[in-house]
Amino acid sequence: MRAINYAAPTMVEDAVRILRENGAGARIFAGGTDLIVQVRENTRDVDVMVDAKGIEELTRVEIGADGSVTLGAAVPCYQIAGDDAIVAAFPGLIDAAGIIGGTAIQGRASLGGNLCNSSPAADGIPALIVHGATANIAGPDGRRSVAVADFCTGPGTNVLAAGEMLVSLTIPALVPNSGAHYLRFTPRNEMDIAVVGAGAQVVLDGDTIVSARIALGAVAPTPMYAAAADEALAGQPATEESYEAAAAAAQNAATPITDMRGTADFRNHLVAVLTKRALRGAVERAKGGAVNGR
Amino acid sequence: MAVTRDEPIKTDDFDVIGTSPVRHDGVDKVTGRALYGADIHLPGMAHGKVLRSPHAHAVIRAIDTSKAEALPGVVAVITGADFPDPGEHMTQAGEGGAQSIINKSADIMARGKAHYAGHPIAAVAARDLPTAEAALALIEVDYEVLPPVMSAEAAMAAGAPIIMPDLRTDEDGAELDGETNVSEHSVAEEGDLAAGFAAADFIIETEYFTSPVHQGYIEPMNGTAWWRGDGTLDIWGSSQGHFGIRGEVSELLLIPVSKIRVMPMEIGGGFGGKTTSYLEPLAAVLSRKSARPVKMTMTREEVLKATGPTPGTREKVKLGVSNAGKITAAHVNLYFEAGGFPGSVLGAGVITALSPYALENMRVDGYEVLVNKTHTGAYRAPGATMSEYAVETAVDEACERLGMDPTEFRLLNASQEGDLRVDGLPFPKMGTVETTRAIQDSAHWRTPLEPAAEPHLRRGRGMASGYWMNGGGMSSAQAIVNADGTVTLREGSMDIGGTRTSIAMQLAETLGIDVLDVIPVVPDTDSIAFTGVTGGSRTTYATGMAAQLAAEDVLRQMVAGLAEVWGVAADDIAYENSTFAAGDNAASFKEAAALLDDADILVTGKTSIAPTRPGPAIAVHAADVEVDIETGKVQILRYTAAQDVGTAIYPPYVEGQIQGGAVQGIGWALNEEYWYDDDGLLRNSTLLDYRMPTAPDVPMIDAVIVEVPNPGHPYGVRGVGEAPIVPPPAAIANAIYDAIGIRLRTLPMSPPRIIAALANNTKE
Ligand SMILES: Cc1cc2nc3c(=O)[nH]c(=O)nc-3n(C[C@H](O)[C@H](O)[C@H](O)COP(=O)(O)OP(=O)(O)OC[C@H]3O[C@@H](n4cnc5c(N)ncnc54)[C@H](O)[C@@H]3O)c2cc1C
Repeated sequence: MRAINYAAPTMVEDAVRILRENGAGARIFAGGTDLIVQVRENTRDVDVMVDAKGIEELTRVEIGADGSVTLGAAVPCYQIAGDDAIVAAFPGLIDAAGIIGGTAIQGRASLGGNLCNSSPAADGIPALIVHGATANIAGPDGRRSVAVADFCTGPGTNVLAAGEMLVSLTIPALVPNSGAHYLRFTPRNEMDIAVVGAGAQVVLDGDTIVSARIALGAVAPTPMYAAAADEALAGQPATEESYEAAAAAAQNAATPITDMRGTADFRNHLVAVLTKRALRGAVERAKGGAVNGR
Repeated sequence: MAVTRDEPIKTDDFDVIGTSPVRHDGVDKVTGRALYGADIHLPGMAHGKVLRSPHAHAVIRAIDTSKAEALPGVVAVITGADFPDPGEHMTQAGEGGAQSIINKSADIMARGKAHYAGHPIAAVAARDLPTAEAALALIEVDYEVLPPVMSAEAAMAAGAPIIMPDLRTDEDGAELDGETNVSEHSVAEEGDLAAGFAAADFIIETEYFTSPVHQGYIEPMNGTAWWRGDGTLDIWGSSQGHFGIRGEVSELLLIPVSKIRVMPMEIGGGFGGKTTSYLEPLAAVLSRKSARPVKMTMTREEVLKATGPTPGTREKVKLGVSNAGKITAAHVNLYFEAGGFPGSVLGAGVITALSPYALENMRVDGYEVLVNKTHTGAYRAPGATMSEYAVETAVDEACERLGMDPTEFRLLNASQEGDLRVDGLPFPKMGTVETTRAIQDSAHWRTPLEPAAEPHLRRGRGMASGYWMNGGGMSSAQAIVNADGTVTLREGSMDIGGTRTSIAMQLAETLGIDVLDVIPVVPDTDSIAFTGVTGGSRTTYATGMAAQLAAEDVLRQMVAGLAEVWGVAADDIAYENSTFAAGDNAASFKEAAALLDDADILVTGKTSIAPTRPGPAIAVHAADVEVDIETGKVQILRYTAAQDVGTAIYPPYVEGQIQGGAVQGIGWALNEEYWYDDDGLLRNSTLLDYRMPTAPDVPMIDAVIVEVPNPGHPYGVRGVGEAPIVPPPAAIANAIYDAIGIRLRTLPMSPPRIIAALANNTKE
C-alpha cells in the first residue's frame, strides 16, 4: 500500500474528466467495501480515488411516474432497504441489498459498486438481472445504457470503457401478478460470500407462469442470466414439476468450478436447490404473499 | 519449592473466590488505553517485512538482495545467512511440543530450502512499510521447484518426495535407518491388547481425517526489537509468555538471557498460537544490522499461511466392546502432520486419546509426519481435539450397537482416580462421573428433541466427552504491601484471559482484603522471576498458587512486624476477619500497613514454585443440530457444556472459557479448514474464506459448572481454558448421525461433504 490521491468531484462530467486524465489508475470510490480491501491486499493498484458520494446524481433515488425506480450508483444498501416505497415495490431486490455483508457493510456498500466490481459471486447482480435492470453509464463520449444482464464480461471485468462510469441503475416496475425472490447459499449465516446465488422473477396468470427470468451467481465467470430456464417455465403451471424442469435447465447452463468455497458438484447441486427455492418465493410474492416478511 | 499440600484449605465460605469483581484490565481495554504490540513506536524505528516462498517445496539455489539493499530508505536486508548455527539441542516453547532449535531457526528463516508456501526467505527493514514492500519485490530468488507432499498418507507412501533428507524416524527413542518423512513413531501401551480384543463381543474399527485449523486470534503476530550498541536487546511483543520468547531468542541468536529484556504487551488472543516466536528474532537481527529499533507485524494472510495451526490428522480407532457395555481393549493409530519441520503436539494427542475411559488393555501409536504445510503449533488442548474426536465418534458407534444411552456407557467406563492413563500414570482425582451426570441431569438431555418444521430439515442429538491433563510448571509472584494498605501483585504470567484478576482474587482471599485493593501487574522479564508460558491451562492454577503462597508470606511478615511495633510475641498475634489482634492491640489490614510503614518496616511477600499436581479437566457436551438435507448446512439448535473446573474462582470467566472453547470447537467441526490447491498453496488465507463461526452461527452456549476441587491446589483450582474445545467435533458428528443416519468421518463436516455423503448413501 502507498499514498493515494483523493478527488471529490460534485458533477458527473468532472468525475469523467478525472477518470480520463488518470487512466487505469483512477477508480470510482463508492462505499469502498470492495475497493479499499483490494488496495490493502495489493490486488488493485490505485493512484486516484474518485469519491462518488459528493455527486448528487449518484446519491439520488428517483421513483418514476411509471413505477420504475432509478437508484444513484452510490446509494448505500441500508438506504435502499430502509426505503418503504422500494421495499413495497421491489421486495426481491431487498433480498439482495439486505444480505450484503452485514449492518456495518450495508451502511457503505452500494449496488452500483456491487455491479462495477463485477464479481461472479456478487449478490446484487442476479437480483438486478431478474428485475430487468438497466445500467446508465456516462463517459467521455456522452451517456449510454446497457442491460445489467450484459454488463459483466468476466471475473472483475465489465463493459465500462476507459473514462466511463456508472451513474445509476433503473429498475422497471413489476407488472401485476408478478413477483421476484433472490437467495444464496453460504456456510455461515452472515459475513460470507455466496457459494451459489439464485434469483427468479415470475409473471402469473392464475396458476400459470406467463413468463419468468432466472439468474445465477457464482457458477460461471460472471453472474449469469439463465435464459433456458425461462423457456422451460413459460406457459407452464406453477408447480414443483415445472420448477424441477427449470432447475435442470439452470444446471445445464451453469459452469461451476471447484475452489475453496465449494466443489463443482456441490455448486451444481445447489443450482437446482436454490433455483427451486427462488421460484417458490417468487410465485408466493406474485400471488400476493410474503417471503422474509416482505 | 515443592508443594504437596493434600486437601484444599477450604472449599466454601470464600469471601472473594466465587465473586465477579470489576476486572483490573477492563477500563483500559474498553477506553482504548491498553497498549498492544502494534502500538509501539520508538525513536528512529524502521519497519520490517518478510519475503515468503511462493512455492510449497523448493530448493533455494540463490538469493540476490543487492537491488533491495540499494533502494533508498532500506536500512537492512537479511537472509538465513545472517543467523548463527544454534546447535542441535531440543527446546520447548509452550505447548507446541519439543523441537530441535536448529529446525526452529530454519523455520523462521529458510536455510537452502523452502518447506512450505509462506516460509520466510528474506526480510527487509526500511524507513516505512511501502519502502519495505517495494524492497521485497526487488529481491531475486532462484528456486528449483520440487513436487509438494500434502498429506500424511502421501508423505508415508513409497517413493514420496523427501522434505528433509537428513531426517530419520525416532522410534520410541531409537533412530531408524533410511530417508523418510516420518519424524517420530511413539507407542504408549498398557495391559494385553490381544487378550482384550479376544474378550470382546464385538469390534468397532473406523478411520478419521481432520484438516489443519488455526487458532484464529484476532490480533496478528507482531514483534519489535531494539538491539543496542552495548549488546543488550529489548523486545516488545504480545505473546503468551515473555520468558518463553526471551529463552527462544536467546537460543536462536546465541545471546545470554540476561542480555535480553522482553516487555509484555496486551495480547489480542493466542489460544496456544502465541507460545513461540516468529517475528521477534527477525526483528532482532534486522535491528542489529540497521542499528535501529525494528517493528514487524504480520498481515492476516501471513498469519494463516505461516504461523502454526494445529496438525491435520489421519486416525484409526479399534475398540473391543463387551455386550455388557465395557470396553475390553482399545487401539488407536494417530498420524499427525507436523508441517514442514519435525515437532508437533503428537505427544498430547497420544496421552489424551483414550483418557475419558478406564481401560485395562490399550495402546496408542503416534506417528509424526512431515508435509509441505506451515509448521504446526499448539491450539487449545493441543492434540486432544483430534484424537478424542476419533475415539468419541467410535464410542458412539459402540453405544448404537449396544442400544445403550451414551451417557450411561460413559459412566460405566469412566476413568477415575487411580485408573491408569495410557502412559502408565495413575489419574488423580477428577470429575469424569460428576460431569457426565451433570449432562445426564441437564434440562437439555432430559427434554426430547422437537421434530423439525419442514421435511428437508432433520434434527439430531449427540454428546461427547473430553479430557485434558492441564499443566503445572514454574511460576513466580511478588506481593508488595503499600503504605495505604493496597497490595501490588507482580506476577510472571502473561494475562491472556483475565488471569490478572483471577490470580489477584486468590491473593485477596488469603490476605482477607478487597480484590480491588490489589494492583496486579505483569512486569518485564528483568523485573520478576521466571514464569512459564501461559498455556496448558496452568496459570490460574500455578501462578494463582504462587500468589496464594506469597500472600501467606506477607501475613507472616506483617505479624512479625506488628510483634515488633506492639512489643508482643508474634505467636500471640491472630489474624482473623481481616484484623490483626493481640491483647488490647488491634489493626485492620490497612491500619497494619500504615503502622508498619511508620515503623520503617517493609513487607514484600514472594514465591517461585513449580507445582506438579494441576488436576485434569473433564468436559462433557451435548449438542442438538438441524441438518438441511438439500444444502448440507448444519445449524446448532442447542448446546450444553458441562465441565469439572475444580473451584470456579471467577464464575463468569469460567463460563466465558467454556463458551469460547465450545464455539472454537463448533467452528472446527463445521467449517474451518486449511484449503490447499494441487500446488500446495493455501487458498483460503482470509477470514472471509477461512470460515470461523460468527455470532449468528452459534446459539447461546449453556455452561454448566461442576466443582470437584483439585487436592493439588490450596483452593481446589484446576485449569479450565482448554478442555472445552475437545468434545464439540465428536458431539456434533454424533448429532449429525442421529439426524441423517450417516457417520461423517472427516472434519470439517462442511455442506459439500454432507451433500456428497447423502448422495453416496442413496446410491448404496
Ligand atoms: C465484510 C464484507 C462483506 C461483504 N459481503 C458481501 C456480500 O454478502 N455480498 C456481496 O455481493 N458482496 C459483499 N461484499 C463486497 C462488497 O461489499 C459489495 O460488492 C458492495 O456492494 C460494493 O459496493 P461499494 O459501494 O462498497 O463499492 P466500492 O468498493 O466503492 O467499489 C467497487 C468497485 O466498483 C467500482 N465502482 C464503484 N462505483 C462505480 C461507478 N459508479 N462507476 C464505475 N465504477 C464504480 C470501484 O472503482 C471498485 O472497483 C462484502 C465486503 C466486505 C468487506
